Amino acid sequence: MEIIITTLINGLSLGGIYAMIALGYTMVYGIAKMLNFAHGDIIMVGAYTIMVTLGISGNPIIATIAAVIFCIILGVCVEKVAYKPLRGASPLAVLITAIGVSYLLQSLAQIAFGTAPKNVSVGNMGTIALGSVKIQGYTIFTLVCTVVVMTALTLFIKYTKLGKAMLAVSEDRGAAQLMGVNVNGIITVTFAIGSGLAALAGLCTLMKAPLLSNTFGSMPGIKAFTAAVIGGIGSIPGAMLGGILLGVVESCCNKISVIAPYTDAIEFGILIVILLIRPTGFLGKKRREKV
Amino acid sequence: MIKSFFKTGRFRHYLNYLIIVVLLVVFSVMSLSGGMKSSSQYLLEKIAISMILAVSLSILVGFLGELSLGHAGFMCVGAYLGGKVSVLLSSLLGEGIVNLIISLIVGGICAAVCGIIVGLPALRLKGDYLAIVTLAFGEIVKSLFLNSSDASFGGALGLKTPRFDRNTLFIIAFILVLITLAVIQNVLASRHGRAVTAIRDSEIAARATGINVTEYKLLIFAMSAFFAGIAGVLFSFSNQNIQATKFGFNYSIEILVMVVLGGMGSINGSLIAAALITFLNVKLATVLTGNMAVLQNLIYALVLIIIVIYNNAPFLAAFREKYTLHNLWTKLFGHRAEHRRDDEKSWARIPTKINMDELLSVDTTPEDNRAVRLDGDKPDAPSASDKERSK
Amino acid sequence: MAEEKYVLETKHLGIRFGGLKAANDVNIRIRKNQIYGLIGPNGAGKTTIFNMVTGVYTPTEGEIYLDGERIDGLTQETINHKGIARTFQNIRLFNNMTVVRNVMVGLHNKSEYKTGLFTTIFRLPKHFRVEHEMREEAKRLLALFGLEEERNELASNLPYGKQRKLEIARALATGPKLLLLDEPAAGMNPQETDELTETIRRVRDEFDMTILLIEHDMSLVSGICDEVTVLNFGTTLAQGNVSDALSDPEVIRAYLGDDN
Repeated sequence: MEIIITTLINGLSLGGIYAMIALGYTMVYGIAKMLNFAHGDIIMVGAYTIMVTLGISGNPIIATIAAVIFCIILGVCVEKVAYKPLRGASPLAVLITAIGVSYLLQSLAQIAFGTAPKNVSVGNMGTIALGSVKIQGYTIFTLVCTVVVMTALTLFIKYTKLGKAMLAVSEDRGAAQLMGVNVNGIITVTFAIGSGLAALAGLCTLMKAPLLSNTFGSMPGIKAFTAAVIGGIGSIPGAMLGGILLGVVESCCNKISVIAPYTDAIEFGILIVILLIRPTGFLGKKRREKV
Repeated sequence: MIKSFFKTGRFRHYLNYLIIVVLLVVFSVMSLSGGMKSSSQYLLEKIAISMILAVSLSILVGFLGELSLGHAGFMCVGAYLGGKVSVLLSSLLGEGIVNLIISLIVGGICAAVCGIIVGLPALRLKGDYLAIVTLAFGEIVKSLFLNSSDASFGGALGLKTPRFDRNTLFIIAFILVLITLAVIQNVLASRHGRAVTAIRDSEIAARATGINVTEYKLLIFAMSAFFAGIAGVLFSFSNQNIQATKFGFNYSIEILVMVVLGGMGSINGSLIAAALITFLNVKLATVLTGNMAVLQNLIYALVLIIIVIYNNAPFLAAFREKYTLHNLWTKLFGHRAEHRRDDEKSWARIPTKINMDELLSVDTTPEDNRAVRLDGDKPDAPSASDKERSK
Repeated sequence: MAEEKYVLETKHLGIRFGGLKAANDVNIRIRKNQIYGLIGPNGAGKTTIFNMVTGVYTPTEGEIYLDGERIDGLTQETINHKGIARTFQNIRLFNNMTVVRNVMVGLHNKSEYKTGLFTTIFRLPKHFRVEHEMREEAKRLLALFGLEEERNELASNLPYGKQRKLEIARALATGPKLLLLDEPAAGMNPQETDELTETIRRVRDEFDMTILLIEHDMSLVSGICDEVTVLNFGTTLAQGNVSDALSDPEVIRAYLGDDN
């Protein structure tokens, strides 16, 4: 019984990390209509920033703030330099460029920090005992983080002018532009929010798995992307749903020793099956091609 | 007879074969007379493998217009299954050419079956979604072979495969390049290829014109995977040890870089890019050691970004028009611009110039709330002409 | 009347998108060699009917018969093979292919031009023979539409009017019994429209064709259509010969609004 509860809670917190990353994917897809393949590597950059600033200041909070700011700047720069020139070009061209950016960030990180993985400790949060169930502190932290972020984001989109403008752009970019929405500005804001979330996700991932290398963000990135697609890309609740689903599945699979090595295969298998049954994911909008 | 052959431009169709054959003969003579280092032979094997991979991906991305991010997965299937067959056969048939041929066929067919399986979602999914399915496929294949038992596929340690005579393996590899080229070019430059390009240009119109879209999509997926599988089997013979981790996402991207660098939809471009990148890979690996090895990836990344932006950025369109290779050629050598190619004479011409806008037909127009527009009536255009006429 | 043969017959044809009935109880009967018009205001469901007849949408109600054979629910390809070809409202050519190749794609499924993969991979003599014959046939078709000069141009480089003609030529290449034209005159000037009218008549006469067309240009409709069906909000307002249908008070109200 305890195992089941801890597994579920671990799954939820892992799912929270995925959901935070998936939000970045899904918002960018919804608004800029592109797959930002480099999103996973922003996580890695965030984690490295935490490592460096932690070394200088010794304060995890300052380090996190620094990482969020740095990632926002990086995300916006990447958008301006690599993606903006391709606005209006084919999705394939943008996708390939994003893959290039992902490669670029990984190799830059390797040049700066070397190949050997670094062990980064972001302060120990201890364990919390609920009756006989022992839960790691970072798990709770991640869960709280996720809930706060999700709530804030939902409120932001629902009640602020900027949030409504983002919705408008994702519905119909042309119409939004005609109504006086600054589409380029909105896209920049989207990348900023996504990258900031990626930095937070970097912090949470670092607490869970403290070995930092230049491919630190790749797997969580791909998984989170899977989550975004499962939930229905472009949909914010979809990203949360997909992330949490994937996190729980992964955590459960890892607990069963027979299928543990195949966890990745199972997760991607789920993705394929869901895409075949519901090509637009759980909460994605169905689009009909006009004839 | 020969003159007309050159005049009509038919020789263009055979030019790439000719160049490969000439180079192959030169290298074969060098190799068989003992004048070639084994490292050079290894390099040639790698180049041939890359060429097959690049051409096979090129038909998927450039001609069918579907992006595959899991091409290394097909290669992986070919390498493991073909490699396993060759291990099993080596006690029966030895490690000779018969063994190689049987393994090639088995590896290729197994990969083609996977190609059809991945192609099935392609009938429903498009663009980004399909790219993700191929990515997932690649990761699944990698994971399955990585976790296989030691007795079956060697698990994490990898599968040991028979070695093949170094002096001749690259020759066989290049002959396979020629076969790949012949099959792919002949299919593309025929009514079947025309149907495929029609699907790429407009799937809806192709269906309405009676083209069996399902059949042709699966055909191209199967063909592409088949040759990737063949490349995988060659890889297993060349390396004698195959590890699943090698066939990850990064390898798929490397193949994609070749195709993009060579120019989408250009078979010859893919060949040249494959040779160039593989050559640089091997050479750079000896020059850039340790932490510097990463510079290689850095260069790829930059090349990829710059080429794609240069080729596709809307604001560079005028610049591109002005400074094409063709214009440069005319300027340097003073040739009169080649007059329009006659479609009738260049019978085998594959339409290679692809407008990337049409490559991926992801429909990004949001579904209309006003459902009356579902029937496709443009909201204002016809009514304007209506008013005009009624006057 | 009951035993009369129709090339196309729809019985109580209808389709729903969610709660919306885009077409309801549409009964169209087209006799051989007729030019039949489908008219109505924007959003009346005309293209939806086309899409159901060609298999893009599966009707939720009713049946469609081609020469007495039921075709609703079949795939687009199969319906094309059975003998229905169409053009599109917003022209859909194979833009990166030359004009002649566009038509050759249309000839793809003619039985005399079928060659297998084996033949093309090994370049057997049959491959070259068939390619040559297809090209000649395509050129013959292009000549009928005055496009033989442009045959080596990319389809996207053609002027608008010629693109429309090329689309018709491509549709004809598939050897249909019934040709569906979706707003063939849209965006054309009066002179081009006259030319088009002539072309459509010629197609009917030379190919012994039956034609169903959607059109907004009433002069074209009354000029060439033998019969029309007027649709509004997915339902039939009037049916029959052109002048009767157009003078129907319901039709006038649909076009001009309630005030009149």
